[in-house]
Amino acid sequence: MQEIVQYLFSGITTGAVYAVIAVGLSMLYSSTELINFAHGEFVMIGALAMVTLWVRIGLPLPLAVAGAVAAGCMLGLVFERLAIRTARNPQPITLIIITVGASIFLKGAAMIVWGKDPFSMPSFSSHESIEIFGAALLPQSIWIVTAALVLAGGIHLFLKQTLTGKAMVACAVNKKAAWLSGIPSEKMGILAFGISAGCGAVAGIFIAPITMSSYDMGTILGIKGFCAAMIGGLGSLWGAFAGGLLLGILESLGAGLISSALKDAIAFVLLLLILYIRPGGLFAAKEAKRF
Amino acid sequence: MTLLQPTPGSRPQHILEVQDLTKMFGGVKAQDHINFSIEKGIVCGLIGPNGAGKTTLFNMITGIYRPDTGKVVFNGKDIRKTPVHRLVKAGVARTFQHVELFSSMTLLENIMVGMHVRTKAGFWAAVTRIPAMKREERQSRQKAEELLEFTGLAEDAHKMAGDLPAGRQKTAQIARALASNPLLLLLDEPAAGLNPVETHALGQLIRKIKQSGITMMLVEHDMSLVMEMSDKVVVLDQGKKLAQGTPRQIQSNEAVMSAYLGNG
Amino acid sequence: MMTDKNKTIWIEYLVFLCVVSAFGLITENTYYLQIMTFIGINTLLALGLNMLMGYTGQVSLGHAAFYGIGAYTTAILSGTYAINPWLALVCAVAAAVLIAFIVGLPTLRLSGYYLAMGTLGFGMIVNIVIREWGDVTGGASGFVGIPVLEAGSLVFMSGASYYFLVWGIVFAAIIICRRLLASRTGRALRAIHDGENAAVAIGINTHALKLEIFMFSAALGAVAGFLYAHFVLFISPESFGFMFSIKIVTMVVIGGMASVWGALLGAAVLTLLPEVLHGFAEYEMIVFGTVLMVVMIFMPQGLTRGIMDIIRTARRARA
Repeated sequence: MQEIVQYLFSGITTGAVYAVIAVGLSMLYSSTELINFAHGEFVMIGALAMVTLWVRIGLPLPLAVAGAVAAGCMLGLVFERLAIRTARNPQPITLIIITVGASIFLKGAAMIVWGKDPFSMPSFSSHESIEIFGAALLPQSIWIVTAALVLAGGIHLFLKQTLTGKAMVACAVNKKAAWLSGIPSEKMGILAFGISAGCGAVAGIFIAPITMSSYDMGTILGIKGFCAAMIGGLGSLWGAFAGGLLLGILESLGAGLISSALKDAIAFVLLLLILYIRPGGLFAAKEAKRF
Repeated sequence: MTLLQPTPGSRPQHILEVQDLTKMFGGVKAQDHINFSIEKGIVCGLIGPNGAGKTTLFNMITGIYRPDTGKVVFNGKDIRKTPVHRLVKAGVARTFQHVELFSSMTLLENIMVGMHVRTKAGFWAAVTRIPAMKREERQSRQKAEELLEFTGLAEDAHKMAGDLPAGRQKTAQIARALASNPLLLLLDEPAAGLNPVETHALGQLIRKIKQSGITMMLVEHDMSLVMEMSDKVVVLDQGKKLAQGTPRQIQSNEAVMSAYLGNG
Repeated sequence: MMTDKNKTIWIEYLVFLCVVSAFGLITENTYYLQIMTFIGINTLLALGLNMLMGYTGQVSLGHAAFYGIGAYTTAILSGTYAINPWLALVCAVAAAVLIAFIVGLPTLRLSGYYLAMGTLGFGMIVNIVIREWGDVTGGASGFVGIPVLEAGSLVFMSGASYYFLVWGIVFAAIIICRRLLASRTGRALRAIHDGENAAVAIGINTHALKLEIFMFSAALGAVAGFLYAHFVLFISPESFGFMFSIKIVTMVVIGGMASVWGALLGAAVLTLLPEVLHGFAEYEMIVFGTVLMVVMIFMPQGLTRGIMDIIRTARRARA
């Protein structure tokens, strides 16, 4: 019992991080139909920027967080402007390779800026861990889950309540119709890129205290984020969120109860199962194309 | 003529029988107990206002949709559960309303790929280039050239299919469908987007195909073409069969008139 | 028309053979021969994936899995169990084809990004199995003790002999791909690429055909893996991971999709580039990433088509 609760706690913690990554990817996909293979690098940038701003420079926590998110957003926007919008023939496969190129570029740049050694970072608050059913709940876990919920909730409200958000949803549903009704779909794409990269950075900021951060941490996190988004249903906000949580919990339980060696495989086995049985994802509203 | 020799082995008098066919799309009846049959060797027109369910019916006959209830009997066999590739092999071919040629291939290759179900060479034959494969390849090419001749496209044989003008692409689609030696050819709005000269040529082609013994089903909005070509016309309206008969009978049918004039 | 085309093909083959043998006979620098051998091995991978991706339009982000299956099958059979490597090659190809069949059966029903993610997941699982099944594969630290290839008195050690072995196989693979493409099967593959619905409608069993070509590309991948294993004699999981799958995709796209020579060009560029970039030391990744992006932004059709376009524009400008 105690063990399982412990696994659940750590599962929900990593799951919330996956959820934030997946939400960013899913959001970008639904407004631009692009799968960004560089998304994991924004997570890495967020984490390493946090290391610099908070640990090295010693900025106050809120300011450091804001700075790291801004760095992520800015990079996302620059990337969109320089590499995505200039592409002459935006076939999905060409765009995939462009994002892969960006991923390698960002990794290389980060290696030069931060070096090859991994960094550790203290927790955001120095409170004692809380004991529930004999299992320790780290304060950082509470930070992460809260941040994930606030972020997803904020995006939800933005999409449902604001005019810009609604316009973005319209673009996602039908680009041409949105364009005909005067919604600047290109601007919506840029905005989605900024938000998506910001989400990545947020995930990085909150994961930094519970893992080691280094220039090459992004790829696997990005891929896990895809898995989560696919599991929940590509293009659905809460689907991606739930997919992330589910993935985190199953990984943690699988690693603890079956074998830690297979931890990484769980995400992919789950991904394949979902694709075969319910290709639209667990929470997809519409039937995905399988034909 | 040997070029369009339909696959042998057809016995029943009706090439196609549609029996009590129903198809629902999310609570809406796209097809409501449709019944009709097509005699061998005729041209059957299928008309009806937009949204009458003509394309849905086509998709069910050609195996793309499965009917909810009822039967489609082709050449004496129930084909409700037959996968599309087997159906083509059994002798059902179709063209599309919107042109779907293979644009990165030449016209000749488009016709040759249309013979897929009538040819055999597989992976190993292709890699080893055994004599049987070379012979088959030669025959396919020759037959494709003949078909292009037959449809008046011979001069474009080596052009990329995507570069041809729209009218010729439509004809090419018919040639590609003929390449599978069909018993029944379904034409989905072949005259849409054609100018009067091209439409006239299309009529000539349909007549030539009919002479070779192939049964045809024709969905078309160009009424004069349908009435001129068809031996029999089936009228659909809102998923139901409204009438069937000779073109003359249909032209004087009151229910049809009112459906088209919008009173029904 | 037909004979002209045949003639160009024979000229291309002749040029290819001359260049390859001239290089092999003249060069004595083992480093260059080694690089060229790697280009050959990567060409096999790119050729196989190009059949699937370039010609049939089915993206796979897990092609390195078959490369790994080929390499580890031969390593385990000939290394651990001392089975004749040539027999191990047969087993490696058989294993890759069988796995491709089993995995392809459900996966190839997917399309677009779903297919891409499905193949990605498969590739990751294979890599994790290789890494974690330490008793058999040597795990993360790698597999040592792969025997050298021999045929009669001929020993294929590094240098010219292995170079000729690899490029001989590449030549055979190019001919096989070419023949396949010029056949009924090849036309059907391109039909699937151009319009899957129309391909179904004219009677092509698209799923069966995709599966067939998936198995074929897996076989080529396994041959490449076999050649790699017996060349470097030590293999470890990272050579067959996700990044390498992406690299093979990049070879195909950079070289130019749906082009046999494009696959060769792409393999050459992506094998040479890191070697050239060693000079940039720590800027290597930045330059590599930039090159990928720039080529894709300005030559989305790949280098083969891109260079041809540039030449054409230059000619037009001069005229």
